[in-house]
Amino acid sequence: MSTVTAGAPKEKLASRAAAMIVMGVSTLYFLVPIWWLFISSTKSREQFGSTAGLWFADFNLFTNIGDLIAYNDGVYLRWMLNSVVYAGAGALLGTLFAAMCGYALAKYRFPGRELIFNVVLGGVLVPATALALPLFLIFSQFNATNTFWSVFLPSLVSPFGVYLARIFASASVPDELLEAARLDGASEVRTFFSVSRRLMTPALVTIFLFQFVAIWNNFFLPLIMLRDQSLFPVTLGLYAWNSQVNQIPEIRTFVIIGAFLSIIPLIIAFLSLQRFWRGGLGAGSVK
Amino acid sequence: MQITSRKRIVALGVLAALTLTGCAAGSTPGESTDAAACTPSEGKVDLTFTSWIPGIDKVVDIWNEKNPDVQVTVQTGPNGNGGTYKNFFNQLSAGNAPDLGQIEYDALPNFRVQDGLTDIAGCEGVLDSKDQFIDWTWNQVTFNEEGAVYAVPQDTGPMAMYYRKDLFEKAGIAVPTTWDEYQAAATEIRAEGGYITNFPQNDVNWFAGLVWQADGQWFSNDGDAWDVTLTSPESEKVADYWQGLIADDLVSKVPAWTDEWNNAYNTGSDWTWISAVWGANSISSGAPDTAGDWAVAPMPQWEAGQNAAGNWGGSSTAVLKGSEHPYEAAQFALWLNTDPEALTALNTEANLYPATKDGLTLPVLAEGVEFYDNQAIYDIFAEAANQTNPDFTWGPTMTQTYSDVADGFGQVLGGTGTLTEALTTGQTKTVAALEAAAIPVKK
Repeated sequence: MSTVTAGAPKEKLASRAAAMIVMGVSTLYFLVPIWWLFISSTKSREQFGSTAGLWFADFNLFTNIGDLIAYNDGVYLRWMLNSVVYAGAGALLGTLFAAMCGYALAKYRFPGRELIFNVVLGGVLVPATALALPLFLIFSQFNATNTFWSVFLPSLVSPFGVYLARIFASASVPDELLEAARLDGASEVRTFFSVSRRLMTPALVTIFLFQFVAIWNNFFLPLIMLRDQSLFPVTLGLYAWNSQVNQIPEIRTFVIIGAFLSIIPLIIAFLSLQRFWRGGLGAGSVK
Repeated sequence: MQITSRKRIVALGVLAALTLTGCAAGSTPGESTDAAACTPSEGKVDLTFTSWIPGIDKVVDIWNEKNPDVQVTVQTGPNGNGGTYKNFFNQLSAGNAPDLGQIEYDALPNFRVQDGLTDIAGCEGVLDSKDQFIDWTWNQVTFNEEGAVYAVPQDTGPMAMYYRKDLFEKAGIAVPTTWDEYQAAATEIRAEGGYITNFPQNDVNWFAGLVWQADGQWFSNDGDAWDVTLTSPESEKVADYWQGLIADDLVSKVPAWTDEWNNAYNTGSDWTWISAVWGANSISSGAPDTAGDWAVAPMPQWEAGQNAAGNWGGSSTAVLKGSEHPYEAAQFALWLNTDPEALTALNTEANLYPATKDGLTLPVLAEGVEFYDNQAIYDIFAEAANQTNPDFTWGPTMTQTYSDVADGFGQVLGGTGTLTEALTTGQTKTVAALEAAAIPVKK
């Protein structure tokens, strides 16, 4: 937008309008499926197929939620809880590890540093899906498949987070500051937690969000690892239900309302964390 | 003679599968559980049972209450082709497969060829249970091998014709009993503005059910090699028939199981559905506005006076390779699929239709169904189950075959090619897939 400021007012208006149209169309493009999901969640099973897809019929949202929660002894709530634990705790610990690793790679000089960094970069290129089967075979060796850890431990690893943390630590943590902290007698660990971590906060929030979404949406690993439905994350649970829709059509309502409810934690995570994100980037620009 | 040569095929297939996947560690083809060595285990036994049927845990609870020494834990996942079969194969090669697994009939040969099943013929009561099961289901789990049983039949999907009784009456069209009458009715219904039914692109196993009714075979195995016969005369007869309906625009072509498809039934635009017993729920759920308007009649026949039926779906309970307690697992599988209490619970909790002869006369299946104007629809399906050709055989590569044929069907519905050409392509690709897996195949 800043490049157009020199143009005539008319030209400015036209390009503004064009930008608004592009943004409006993309907003619509992204929001219509969610709108459909919301509308469908409010419909009874009978009305789901027979009424218009994008507008309300009778409002049954709360009955549907009640039925979903009651179905199969409340297994859906269990799945939601599992997802929150896998994604929340996994992203938190994963972010910590990525931050420490990236920080060390940025701020300490040691032999093999670039090699390690390049290996981590290579890790970014390997899709998580390709690692699921080897991970299954490894966990099988330890009789640890179908456990909480079989999904949780692999979720802690985030090569992309390490990469981001390194770049951000190089750019935002001045060496002078670290030297000052050392002169004042702070240990390296303390320096990291009380000085560098604060400076890196915007990057950490970004890493956390990325990692949270990645774990929340990670479907293939739980699919291969888990068989006990009390360990399922919500994505796998809904997929398992959805595969039964042809034979047991009642489940369809539950899949839809379940999918709708399952995006709420993601929305909350984004809305509550983007504040830190913006704040951090703003602070950098003023300086 | 037949047995030994059959074993050779299996061994060959296993070898091929192992070399292909590179997962040879830990499983030697030779060490298959000796059928005679099926004896009870000492002490308390814990079994795991993987099934994707929602509600099956309630049925297993009944067993657990009665058998404190053999406790079964239900594990679950998506349906077979949705991931559970892949998981079974992964677990088999890692040596941690569940004791028992749900496997559909059309997937059993694949597990047999890859040596994933335990022969439970030597376990008490298994061979004796043969007469309790509907003949064709027993052939599915024994592969016609003498003295071998690889799974216990669980449920079936006998086919019949669901039709809009009210619309047929109002239009004065007789309910068709032969495929010729069905085509004639289709023309009349088209004149009324409706379609007699829908031709689905992706339900290739539905199409196989029609071929099954026509006494056709897609696969057979003479002990030396697989014979692939997707283009057998019977199969082509069925293909030509439906090709005619499609070409004359007498059937709708919407993708099955979508809202559009449900809507076609809900609004009365589609008048009949040749489908399996479990389809009863699909209609009542997808077309709720038509409650009371539907009825069920036997499938139309190729010759007047016949009463052949096809089958669509159904699965078995198999004891997977590597189970340390085949005896207890077999006892559980037998109970689950023959005990009247279990069968009743399977039907009410999970909508499964029993594979035993006695199961067909369960009180719960004798009642009229409200949605079908209180018609006792299960009588029709029981009759169909007994009229299903016992010799139909599935091949070891059904997933691939289905997807290749479905591609061809999709082209036909899009206006190019014919159903027979789709089957020919399916035939070629299936033979190629078997050869690629080093499974002996006749050309």
